[in-house]
Amino acid sequence: MGLFDKLKNIVVKTKEENKESIESYDKGLQKTRDEFVSKLSLLGIKYTKVSDDYFEELEDLLISADIGVNTVFKFMDKLRDRVKKENIVDTKYLMEVIVDELFIIYVNNESLSTKVHKNENGPTIILMVGVNGVGKTTTIAKLAHKYKNKKVLMIAGDTFRAGAVEQLKIWAEKTGSLFYGKDSVDPAGVIYDGLEFAKQENAEIVFIDTAGRLQNKVNLMKELEKINKVIERIIPGAPHETLLVVDASTGQNGIMQAKAFKEITNITGIVLTKLDGTAKGGIVLAIKEEVDLPVKFIGLGEKMEDLQTFDIEEYIYGLFKDMI
Amino acid sequence: MFEYMGDRLSNAIKNIRGLGKITEENISEALREIRMALLEADVNYVVVKEFIANIKEKALGMDVGKSLKPDELFLKIVKDELISLLGGDYVPLETSKNPTILMLVGLQGSGKTTTAGKLANFLRKKQAKNPLLVACDIYRPAAILQLETIGKSLGIEVFTEGKENPVKIVKDALAYARESKKDYIIIDTAGRLQIDETLMQELKDITNEVNPQETILVIDAMMGQDAIHVINGFNDALSLTGTILTKLDGNTKGGVALSVRHLTNIPIKFVGDSEKLDGLSEFYPERMANRILDMGDILSIVDKVENVIDEKEAMDTAKKMKKGTFDLEDFLATLKQIKKLGPLENLLKMLPGARKMGIQNVNIDPKDMAHVEAIILSMTSYERRHPDCLKATRKQRIARGSGRSVEEVNRLLKQFEEMKKMMKMVSSGNMKMPF
Repeated sequence: MGLFDKLKNIVVKTKEENKESIESYDKGLQKTRDEFVSKLSLLGIKYTKVSDDYFEELEDLLISADIGVNTVFKFMDKLRDRVKKENIVDTKYLMEVIVDELFIIYVNNESLSTKVHKNENGPTIILMVGVNGVGKTTTIAKLAHKYKNKKVLMIAGDTFRAGAVEQLKIWAEKTGSLFYGKDSVDPAGVIYDGLEFAKQENAEIVFIDTAGRLQNKVNLMKELEKINKVIERIIPGAPHETLLVVDASTGQNGIMQAKAFKEITNITGIVLTKLDGTAKGGIVLAIKEEVDLPVKFIGLGEKMEDLQTFDIEEYIYGLFKDMI
Repeated sequence: MFEYMGDRLSNAIKNIRGLGKITEENISEALREIRMALLEADVNYVVVKEFIANIKEKALGMDVGKSLKPDELFLKIVKDELISLLGGDYVPLETSKNPTILMLVGLQGSGKTTTAGKLANFLRKKQAKNPLLVACDIYRPAAILQLETIGKSLGIEVFTEGKENPVKIVKDALAYARESKKDYIIIDTAGRLQIDETLMQELKDITNEVNPQETILVIDAMMGQDAIHVINGFNDALSLTGTILTKLDGNTKGGVALSVRHLTNIPIKFVGDSEKLDGLSEFYPERMANRILDMGDILSIVDKVENVIDEKEAMDTAKKMKKGTFDLEDFLATLKQIKKLGPLENLLKMLPGARKMGIQNVNIDPKDMAHVEAIILSMTSYERRHPDCLKATRKQRIARGSGRSVEEVNRLLKQFEEMKKMMKMVSSGNMKMPF
């Protein structure tokens, strides 16, 4: 059975029980599908036989999807190899091979877990980090909504940006979560007190918001190190999840972000935001390939429900369903 | 910021150095490197194709004369092409109307609100304008508060009118600006996707109501290949007059800068280059091309220094340096001025040959500077004027007072003496500045 059929089976089978999520993928990936996939299909119509021109245009197409130059070049080499070895001439059949290989880049023979690590005895601490303007605060709100039947606390660790504390507070109110924040310039201090508050209130899930920091700012990265130490001191073993929030429209800098943050903190996963607005999002593959970090959540729209647990099968199906 | 791209380009060009003449074969490697560098920098792939084709054509047709070496000629071709990609001349802001209306638009998280504050600060400082900030982001929680906080810290008035109707807010803001003699209005709008028809209509409505002289797209310099769709989307709906690239102080390769002008003919007017509210610089294509190619950007350094240094104070200091009467009191004042320049590494990076000297990745810990300051502040005014009087007991007291060690106090004093010597040499003309 080909990969397409396999995916179709999986997705169709789960469709009944998980309708909301599939619809969300479907809608959120519309733009990428229209851009990338339709061009890929056109390429198959323009060239019925595999040729150098076909490969060149395919390469441009993959690059234009932000998959990353290195990843694309490696991918193209592999594809050329396979074409040669398996004697593939028909571009229509090759299409299936392409999707298959893209899938392999991501999965890479590992069992990927999008599960969120939980703390069995005490609050689960989830630290949100990332560069400026990627949507950390909003993502916390959406995650809190996901865990609405738990006792959620939000800690306002972004003491730098004007209005950031207030923004989180409003979200706490809207999602019925507890909130801890105060006027201070010292994020580690706020987080220290916030975690004490979490213990006192027996919060089950604690989200810590942090200020946006560009990954090449050494002092801000040091501050993040300090924040980690403070968290570990109060709740040993925490943070249980450190999620790097990345804007889906980010280009190759996304790889550098992932590398730099991974060096400083134990990043456990990526949240890819604003995927509905971009036709690209190929950065998912690049980050996985070059930095080996899995995507745990993706943002497919502005509504609370539009933050979904990342599912590579649904993702690939959502992208290529018109071709399947 | 463009370091990485510049590195690749410089390497590619270096390989041509020894060549006697340029052929398609011997530049193919360099062109490949440049292509990779540009693609890795997120330059739009269509632009890359064109760029490479242009360079190839010009390089092959070029006449290797006697005066210039092939690599120098090649570099010149690349530089000229870069400048034309970045868009020939600097395009200043429209300021003719009274009040002039400027509207900032863009995606969520691109940095509109911060940029609004920076622009207001810039206009007041550089063009003696009396700007009014208008809070029109009625959707994002606490966005209005954010603009108010920024306005307060700058001492610039912010017009707010709740979260109801952006068109009405702008209309009322305009009336208020006329009444209170403001000559510039900066409208901060909510972030939106260019495909969100309802929200795009809102911007069109504002445009129809007040007809802004400037409609500027604020765009994240880290954006990938999708940037062009965003720019075109906003431009089709609103006829943009310019763009501002933000977060260029990250280690982004900023390929967007190379794509924007070329694909859309919309000029880049400013770049955001620090988190501080004076972190906004005018965009000069040629300076940027120089920086990409590691040819330095002295003009921008001069601009930055002029912006923050008190001229009279600087003259006084210079006189003292010349006379050799520069003491720790003056040193402290100078330190304070330097601190205003923002992170020093940003300036170092702009020096010609910064990459070759290996200082493009230097990190200066502001704490080191704070320690120096603490030591000097722990001295009495007499001690600062007469550092020679500092002997063991005084040094111990200063070390205790500043929380540093005596060794550190000694080191500082020694460095200060050396600096004084150097100043004398520079000012007496016995030594040239390193650049």
